Amino acid sequence: MATEQSDTRSWQRPTAFYNRYVKWAVYVVIGAFLLWSAWNMRISPARAAQGWTAAAELLGGMFPPEFTPFKTDLLIQGLIESLAMSVVATIIGVILSIPVAFMAAENIAPQPVYWVGRGIITVSRAFHELIIAIIAVKAVGIGALAGVIALSYKTVGFFAKLLAEDIEDTDAGQMEAVEATGANQTQTMLFGVVPQVMPRVVGLTIYRWDINIRHSTIVGIVGAGGIGSTLLNSFDKYDYDFFLTIVLAIIAIVMVGEFVSTYIRGRIQ
Amino acid sequence: MLSVTDLQKTYSSGDEALKGVSLEVTGNETVAVIGPSGAGKSTFIRCINRLTEPSGGSVELDGLEVTDLSGKKLRNARRDMGMIFQEFNLVERLTVMENVLSGRLGYVSTWEAFRRKFGGDDVGRAYEVLDRVGLEGHEDDRADELSGGQRQRVGIARAILQRPKILLVDEPTSSLDPETSRAVMELLTEIAADDDIPVLINIHEVNLAEEYADRIVGLRNGQKVFEGTPEGLDETARGQIYRGEEIPEETGPKRSSAEETAEDAATQEGALRRG
Repeated sequence: MATEQSDTRSWQRPTAFYNRYVKWAVYVVIGAFLLWSAWNMRISPARAAQGWTAAAELLGGMFPPEFTPFKTDLLIQGLIESLAMSVVATIIGVILSIPVAFMAAENIAPQPVYWVGRGIITVSRAFHELIIAIIAVKAVGIGALAGVIALSYKTVGFFAKLLAEDIEDTDAGQMEAVEATGANQTQTMLFGVVPQVMPRVVGLTIYRWDINIRHSTIVGIVGAGGIGSTLLNSFDKYDYDFFLTIVLAIIAIVMVGEFVSTYIRGRIQ
Repeated sequence: MLSVTDLQKTYSSGDEALKGVSLEVTGNETVAVIGPSGAGKSTFIRCINRLTEPSGGSVELDGLEVTDLSGKKLRNARRDMGMIFQEFNLVERLTVMENVLSGRLGYVSTWEAFRRKFGGDDVGRAYEVLDRVGLEGHEDDRADELSGGQRQRVGIARAILQRPKILLVDEPTSSLDPETSRAVMELLTEIAADDDIPVLINIHEVNLAEEYADRIVGLRNGQKVFEGTPEGLDETARGQIYRGEEIPEETGPKRSSAEETAEDAATQEGALRRG
């Protein structure tokens, strides 16, 4: 620190903290918390080493992946169910999301409606899909319907939030011009706002579908249908060969989904 | 006939954009409102169809008080006022035809609007209007494919498809080159004559105002400081409008006292509202 008077003027980047004492105090607290957490969880190199051999054994047991006709049928059934779940959940979720998005756009909705819209989004975002899936399985029983409910529910939080932000970014002039013709509010939305956000709606739908494919492979673990159930079954039966087959298939299908999503979104931007 | 009396607008920031402006527009005259930036020209025109909510005063269109209306009645009043914007304000991702037809939205149901089903001779008239503004063959182009001049013509077509009783035009030429500006001004005055409706234009370019307007109104700091024919817009008048110069003696006392009373009224009304 150049506190003494000197001829050359010095400059320091302004800190994001109040001053450098606060800055170092924050660093010390973070470091101490990290050490305490590690100690608290009894993380030790010995345990890591021990786990390493178990993991190696498990991986060894997985080779070679199994492709018997019976198992392949199971696999394909599970994958198709997962895919179907992702498509249905995306469509239902998007249809539910669009009105919520308009409700949650500050430039359009009156204050009380805005807060209701934001509230719906927050509640939808608050829980992980597995929590919703567990509840849905309790409610409607084991199977794909529970998965569809869980994924649709999560879609609302994601889709409505991002679409609402896009609606807030629309050009007010276009909306105003439609309003000035004597159009009612719904007409103003249809002509002045919807055309502006349409590319975003399509892009987000594809993107969410891509995410829903991934998530549809996991909700089965709590009984909500799809390839996840098959995966858990194989693991519980120590059928590690089939387990690897499923994992590879999931990777493949997620990659395909991501590729399709990237391609379509690239086309409409 | 549009009759504006003592129109006031104070923004929530405390900015007094209009301090009691009165104006009548009748017949098929073209009235140009000129003035420096920030004089309140845009606020004035936007308060007439209440895209901006005026804080006081009255706006009457053919005897109908517009400032009291709400809901359906306000929308019906807006159908009678065609508005043309500085930045054109076309819906960029819609076709030219959809943009023009949006001028009829006040006359169709929401469901019809959603299905783009415009009744009667709306589509036929839209084609006619497109011809009239020189955009035949462009109906399927998307608005964002057009040049500035073409876009403003779409904006004009949209407004006249409303069959308005008056055209409100906010800086129609500010985003255009001089050549296109003249063409747009010519089109507007032509429409005024053909459709027998008045046109109220905010405009930056004084020479265009002088050339095309029947009457010129000068705004400065939210007050009307000049009203007269283009010939009457001499150096003194320009000085008043653009440089806030003192008003010469012969008209001085009368005008300034009128201004004072307007200002008094404004502050009184403000106090009433606050109280």
